[in-house]
Amino acid sequence: MSDHRISRRQWLSASSVGAALASSWPEILAAQQHAHKAIESGAAATFSVLRPAEAKEIEALASQIIPSDETPGAREAGVIYFIDRALATFDGDKRALYRRGLAETQAKAARMFGARNIAALRPEQQIELLHAIEKTEFFAQLRTHSILGFFGNPSYGGNRDEVGWKLIGFEDRFHFEPPFGYYDGPDAGERKP
Amino acid sequence: MKQFPPSEEVDFLIVGAGAAGGVMAKELSSAGFTVVVLEQGPYLREKDFEHDEIKSSVLSAMTNNLRSQPHTYRKSESGKAAAPGFKVVQYGRQVGGGTVHFTANYWRLWESDFVQKSKFGGVPGASLADWPIRYADLEPYYTKAEEELGISGLAGANPFEAWRSKPYPLPPLPVKSSGVIFERAARKLGLHPFPAPMAILSQPYRGRGACLHCGFCEGFGCEVRAKSSTLGTVIPVAERTGRCEIRPDSYTRKIETSASGRVTGAVYFDQDRREVFQRAKAVVVCANGSETPRLLLMSKSARFPRGLANSSGLVGKYLMVDAGFEAYGLFEHPLNEFKSVQTTRVIHDFYEPDPKRGSHGGGGIDARFDFYPISFAQSGLPKDAPTWGSEWKKMVGHYFTRTLTLLAHATCLPQERNTITLDPETKDAWGLPAMRVTFDFHADDWANMKFLLDRQLEILHATDALKIWTDTTDDVLFPHNHLLGTCRMGDDPKNSVVDRYHRAHDVPNLFLVDGSSLVTACCQPTCTIQALAYRAADHIAEQARKGAI
Repeated sequence: MSDHRISRRQWLSASSVGAALASSWPEILAAQQHAHKAIESGAAATFSVLRPAEAKEIEALASQIIPSDETPGAREAGVIYFIDRALATFDGDKRALYRRGLAETQAKAARMFGARNIAALRPEQQIELLHAIEKTEFFAQLRTHSILGFFGNPSYGGNRDEVGWKLIGFEDRFHFEPPFGYYDGPDAGERKP
Repeated sequence: MKQFPPSEEVDFLIVGAGAAGGVMAKELSSAGFTVVVLEQGPYLREKDFEHDEIKSSVLSAMTNNLRSQPHTYRKSESGKAAAPGFKVVQYGRQVGGGTVHFTANYWRLWESDFVQKSKFGGVPGASLADWPIRYADLEPYYTKAEEELGISGLAGANPFEAWRSKPYPLPPLPVKSSGVIFERAARKLGLHPFPAPMAILSQPYRGRGACLHCGFCEGFGCEVRAKSSTLGTVIPVAERTGRCEIRPDSYTRKIETSASGRVTGAVYFDQDRREVFQRAKAVVVCANGSETPRLLLMSKSARFPRGLANSSGLVGKYLMVDAGFEAYGLFEHPLNEFKSVQTTRVIHDFYEPDPKRGSHGGGGIDARFDFYPISFAQSGLPKDAPTWGSEWKKMVGHYFTRTLTLLAHATCLPQERNTITLDPETKDAWGLPAMRVTFDFHADDWANMKFLLDRQLEILHATDALKIWTDTTDDVLFPHNHLLGTCRMGDDPKNSVVDRYHRAHDVPNLFLVDGSSLVTACCQPTCTIQALAYRAADHIAEQARKGAI
C-alpha cells in the first residue's frame, strides 16, 4: 500500500487509510471525545504521544506536504496537533510506523545532506527528501494524516480557523438555498434547462 | 418501546433493521403481530449525526468495520482468500441500515429487468434468469414505498420509465450546477435527462421537514430527518404500535431449527457478548446480500448440513454488486457542489441492454459530486496532478468548487462463481467465521462499463469543461455497496432459494427479504428492495392470519 493514490470508490470505503483502532460506536465516541477534550482544555499546545523533537521533525515534513505559501499551510492549521491526537486515540496502532518512518527518513537525510535534523534542512532539501521517500508507507500515512488534519473537522485539533476549508471554498453550514453555484444561478444565461 | 423477554415466543423475529427490515417491522407490527428486530449495529439518532468526515469515513462509524468484522477476498475459487487492503463489501451497520447514510437514489426497475433472459437470451458464463414476478406485481408496492417513505421526483420526466399508477408524492429537489451543465449537454446530444428520484424530502411531508441542502447525505446520517431512511420513517411507526421491539447491538450467530425442520428463533450476541436465544414463530432475515447468506451458512445443523435453506446449494451464489466508472470535468466558475444533495439529474438512455453493443449490460448515468473536503484532497484531482506540495495545494483549492462527476450506475451479471461463503480460517471478534468474498466481473460487465464511460465522456465533451479526466481500473472495484442476488428468488426449488413471496423453499416459517432476493441487478436497488419488502409483508401477514406459516 505504498501508492498513496486511491480512487474515489476506495476512499468511500471507510477503511481506506487502514483499519482505525476504534471498532465500535462506543469506542469511536470515546476516541472522538478524547480528541475533542484535549483541544477544549487548551492541552493542544502540548503533545501526549510525540516527543517535542519528533513533533518538530514531523511538522517540518507535513509543512512541505501542505506548505505555507500565499495561503496558510499545515503549520498554521495545527496539523501536528491533529497527528498527536490521532496517535493518542484512534490511530494509536500507527505510532510504531511513525517512529520507524521518522528514523529512516532522518537516516536518509543524513545520507543525502549530511545532517539528520530534518527541520534544519533548507525547504528545497526537505522537498527533495520527501520525493525520496514518496513511495513509503510512512509517507502515505503522513500525507493522509496531513490531509485529515488540514481538511477535517477542527474539533480534532487541526484545521485551525478553518484554514483548510477556506482554501477550497467549503462552508460548513446546516442550510443553503439555491442558487448553489454559478451555473444554476442568474448569471449563467438560460439557467433552467 | 415495548420489550419482550427472549423466552417469549414472538410472532416474527426480524434479523436486520435496514431498508427491508425496517419496512417489514412496520408492516408486520401494524398488522397486529408481535415483532422483535435484531440489529447488529447501534441505535443512533439524529443527535448522533454530525458533519464530521473523520468520524464518518475514517472511523467507519456507520458501516461494517474490518477490525472487528474482517472479511477475506479472492478473485476466483482457485485463489486463496486473503485479508484485503480495502473493504470489499460495505454495508450500513446501525438501525436503519444503509438507508441512514445512502446517497438516496431511488430508481424503480424497468419492466424488462424482470425478463432479461427471455428478452435478451442467455449470456455465456452468466446465469441470467427471469424473475418469478413481473413489474406489474411490484408496481403497487413501488407506489406504496414512494408514498410511505417520501420520495421526491417528477413522474413522466424520464420517457423510458415503466408505467406508474401514481406520481411521486413530492416534487424534485432543486437542480444544482452539475445538473444544469449535464442536462444542457445531454439534450444537445439528443438524450433525455430527468430530475433524480431521491429518498430526500423536497418539501415538508408527514411530520418531517424538508431538506436544508447542507450537503451531507452520502456517507452521513441526516440531522434533520429529511432523508427518508427507515430510521426516520417506518421504524418509529413500528415502535409506536407497542408490538415491536428494535434490539440494537444484537449480532445474530445462528437461526435455530426444530426436529421437524422449522425455525424456532435465533441465537445472538448481546452488547456484552452474552449469547441470548430469542424464540419466534417465524424468522425474517433482512441482513443484506452478504450477511444473509453468511447467517444461513452459519446456521447449518444435522438436518441442514449445507446450511439453512440451502438444498439448492445456491445460498451465497450469484453475488452481484454496483459497477461503473467515473468521469470528471473542471469548469470555469464555481459549481459549489458541496451544497445540497449529491445528484440532481440522471439519464436512462443507455439503461437497457442492446445486443448491437456486442455485450450484455446497461445502466444510468448521473451528474454528481460526492466528495467532501478530505476525500477530495485525497482522491479528487486528475491522475496527472501532483499529490502534495504547493502546486497540489493550489489545485485542490481551485478544483474543489469547480469539479463535477459523471458516474455510471451499471449492471452486473449473475455468475455462479461469485459467492459469499464462510472463511475456513479467519474469525471475527465474536469468534464467528469471517465472510469470504469470491468475486470478479464478467467480461460483459467490463465491456458495459467501458461503453458507458464513452457515453459519459461524450456528454462531458458537449459541455464547456476546461479539463476532462477519468478514473478507471481493470481490477475489481472496491468497495461494493450494493450486495445482491445471493439467495435468489424463483419458482423452482432446484434453481432458487426463496419463492416468489420470499419464503425459503426448504423451511416453511423462514423468509429472506433483502437484496439477496434479486434475480438480476441494475443500478440502484434500494427502491426495489423496499417494494419487495412491502409486497412480502402483505403476503406474510395474510398467510400468518390464515395459520399458513
